Amino acid sequence: MCGLMGICDQSGALMSGENAIKAMAVQRDRGNGLGGGYAGYGIYPEFPDHFCFHMMYHDVKAKEEAEAVFDRYFTVDLAEPMPTRAVKGITDAPLLWRYFLQPDPHKLADSEMTAEDFVVHMVMLVNSSIDGAFVASSGKNMGAFKGVGFPEEIGHYYLLEEYEGHTWVGHNRFPTNTPGWWGGAHPFTLLDWSIVHNGEISSYGINSRYLEQFGYKCTLGTDTEVAAYLFDLMLRRHKLPLELACKALASPLWSEIDRMPEAEQAVMRSLRAVYGPGMLNGPFAIVLGFNGGMVALNDRIKLRPLVAARQGSIMMVASEESAMREVLTAPDEVWAPKAGEPVIARIEGMDWPIHGDLHLSASEVSCAVTGVDACDVETVEVS
Amino acid sequence: MPTSLLQPEFRVDIDYNKCHKCGRCVQQCGWGVYNFNERPIPDDSKCRACHRCVTYCPAHCITIRKNDLALRENANWTAGLRKAVWRQAETGGVMLTGMGNDKPYLNIFDHLVLDACQVTNPSIDPLREPMELRTYLGRKPDSVEVVPDGNGGVRLAEGAGIANNIKLDTPLIFSPMSYGSVSLNVHKSLAMAAERCGILMNTGEGGLHADLYPYQDHVIVQVASGRFGVNPEYLQRGAAIEIKVGQGAKPGIGGHLPGEKINKEVSTTRMIPQGSDAISPAPHHDIYSIEDLRQLIYSLKEASGYKPVGVKIAAVHNVAAIASGIVRAGADYVYLDGFKGGTGAAPQVIRDHIGIPIEIAIAVVDQRLRDEGIRNQASIVAAGSIRSSADMAKALALGADVVAIGSAALMALGCHMCQGCHTGCCSWGLTTQKPELTRRVDPEWGAERLTNLVHAWSHELQEILGALGVNAVESLRGSRERLRAIGLDAQTCEIIGVKPAGM
Ligand code: SF4
Ligand code: SF4
Repeated sequence: MCGLMGICDQSGALMSGENAIKAMAVQRDRGNGLGGGYAGYGIYPEFPDHFCFHMMYHDVKAKEEAEAVFDRYFTVDLAEPMPTRAVKGITDAPLLWRYFLQPDPHKLADSEMTAEDFVVHMVMLVNSSIDGAFVASSGKNMGAFKGVGFPEEIGHYYLLEEYEGHTWVGHNRFPTNTPGWWGGAHPFTLLDWSIVHNGEISSYGINSRYLEQFGYKCTLGTDTEVAAYLFDLMLRRHKLPLELACKALASPLWSEIDRMPEAEQAVMRSLRAVYGPGMLNGPFAIVLGFNGGMVALNDRIKLRPLVAARQGSIMMVASEESAMREVLTAPDEVWAPKAGEPVIARIEGMDWPIHGDLHLSASEVSCAVTGVDACDVETVEVS
Repeated sequence: MPTSLLQPEFRVDIDYNKCHKCGRCVQQCGWGVYNFNERPIPDDSKCRACHRCVTYCPAHCITIRKNDLALRENANWTAGLRKAVWRQAETGGVMLTGMGNDKPYLNIFDHLVLDACQVTNPSIDPLREPMELRTYLGRKPDSVEVVPDGNGGVRLAEGAGIANNIKLDTPLIFSPMSYGSVSLNVHKSLAMAAERCGILMNTGEGGLHADLYPYQDHVIVQVASGRFGVNPEYLQRGAAIEIKVGQGAKPGIGGHLPGEKINKEVSTTRMIPQGSDAISPAPHHDIYSIEDLRQLIYSLKEASGYKPVGVKIAAVHNVAAIASGIVRAGADYVYLDGFKGGTGAAPQVIRDHIGIPIEIAIAVVDQRLRDEGIRNQASIVAAGSIRSSADMAKALALGADVVAIGSAALMALGCHMCQGCHTGCCSWGLTTQKPELTRRVDPEWGAERLTNLVHAWSHELQEILGALGVNAVESLRGSRERLRAIGLDAQTCEIIGVKPAGM
């Protein structure tokens, strides 16, 4: 059991991170204090075109090594400790820093990569080769704030109420299968997308073997990791529309497919037959956040809670309705999305699809997302 | 000297106090065990323990027992080995037998257990929730390519998708058994059941009898080394075409259907003269290497209007590499037949000593195809002693897409595994062409029993999926994480990719 939330103002208007904290605080019972976290989008308007690295360091040495890498490959325009405050319940925090940076133009040109590819390579380099350094997030105009504790404690610890964003996702963790560590809290991120997840996928065995065939390395043994890679595979590498990717992850029943119009049947039948091994079977609710909106998805027979609400241009989802009643003063509509029906919020005028232009290999994605040494550092080195 | 040193295997005891003297046993026995002289007199030496008489005796007064003659115990020289020497000293011939390997090899399925959900993820009740078994057999693209349909939606791109796949309502099909080795009524039963269950039957290498044309959408037509019954029409009628390279019960050797079984109907269907022996050469004489196979696959596709073409091979030591070659040669599915698979007739030495278990073959082929990134390019059909829905579930978890059953299907039709199929005298009317025996199987009755079996196993598979907390068979397929081994050595565990229980 875990708790999650996502909120997005589709007009692009900004809201305080306080909303995310409030939504998670009422869902406190859904976690056990071993992990909480958030991602906010549109929170760094003063640096809209910089990549922002949220870093976790176990010691000063790790910090020095990572900063040496940043200095060498990037132009760092601002490096500062993450603003935090002492909060009861939060102990053993790593050193938390953030960096607003841009790839060094010469290094970028030498690498013959896009800026996004270059950044992911650097994330991998840091995660895999520097002991005790972990990149919690690396997107533009966004950041992940996560750690070991209850989510409202984590939110206050990071002073989230002082940030304003157009999209927020949050997570409260009740780990049953992996121990709690700061980097292992949700959300997991890659560039500017983030994923929070509630569930334990019963199809993990075949999902991970399916992904391995495409080069992804499922090192953490968590369902969230699998979900993240499946989105990456389908959205970025196979260029499936988001709606279809959701239908592949939480497929309609054959009996429903058989009743669809002919052309749609052909698409859905192929989608299920081809992506069947990737179908997430078993209970889950997922929120995928990105710099353009969010999508929330439930498993195919709705074995995990997911409630949605709309108030004007604001779309919100959460594990419990109370979270939305806490945040939205007068929702126009509150509903329980059907099993496998994605709730999609898109900010007008923002780019779509998500990172269709990356050129990453699957193992690079694995390494960058989990921070676990999943890749051969040799191949990561950027000259 | 006695004509034979061999003593009867079985004792046929009749309780004459109960016997009605009706003579039904005499009429029922295909092996000619009984004479009738006021009462039935059995000749024990002919009995194969097929239980036809026992089943039909109205007085329930027949008992078949093992002939317990004590031979001096010798764990090395078992009774079976000694008898084989006596038999061969008598005949100078190759010992023939029917059905599958009966030696007590380690059965890996029996050392695998399945998982179930508790607390953290819920199990699902198949009586209340949908539990999907539908499976598509055939080559799948790496991804699904869609294009805008002009109305704000999307449609499949030209040539994308799985148009060429065969829909199965459950991941279970009937394995190839040729008309000639089994009777036409058996073929009809299988075809009717395949249609009712939304699955496939397989002609085997003996051609497609005209009576099966109405069911042709549920028939795989086989092309074997003898090319019996193969013509363009045959290829076009089948739902899929299968090139038979090998059979689990007799890897590396051909087949021989004796002339006595080639009656008029069999002769027409096989396109060979009546009464002539039907000899399938050991290899296909146009396949001496993988590139030849590729040519045959594509010739068959051309000839059939691009029907799916599968290749059936026996599970042998190098099966992973062979299967990979087959997939790269363009096959839509690979049919793996394990060394315990059945046969209508095979030399006993081949049946009992050649090939590897199907469990290992599935595991290594599935992994190899994944390692090479071509797993989606072909389905894996696994056969060779799938004895229950549990075996089916475990085979799927190891990586098979579909399982095929032959022996179990025959058992549904009455087979008692007496291993006398090669004699052509099957009392149950299955592996025979004698009209007085074949009429014992009414196709309608047979189809119903086969349909029941397929439904029963499918229901049990649904129960297993429910316990595993998944509601579609694709979430079990290849999910070795849901299997654990008990009492298998570490190396076998590693080869089949299954952790020992407790890990
Ligand atoms: S079938 Fe049974 S009752 Fe009839 S003659 Fe044979 S043994 Fe006797
Ligand atoms: S098919 Fe007939 S002959 Fe063959 S084992 Fe079964 S009962 Fe015996």
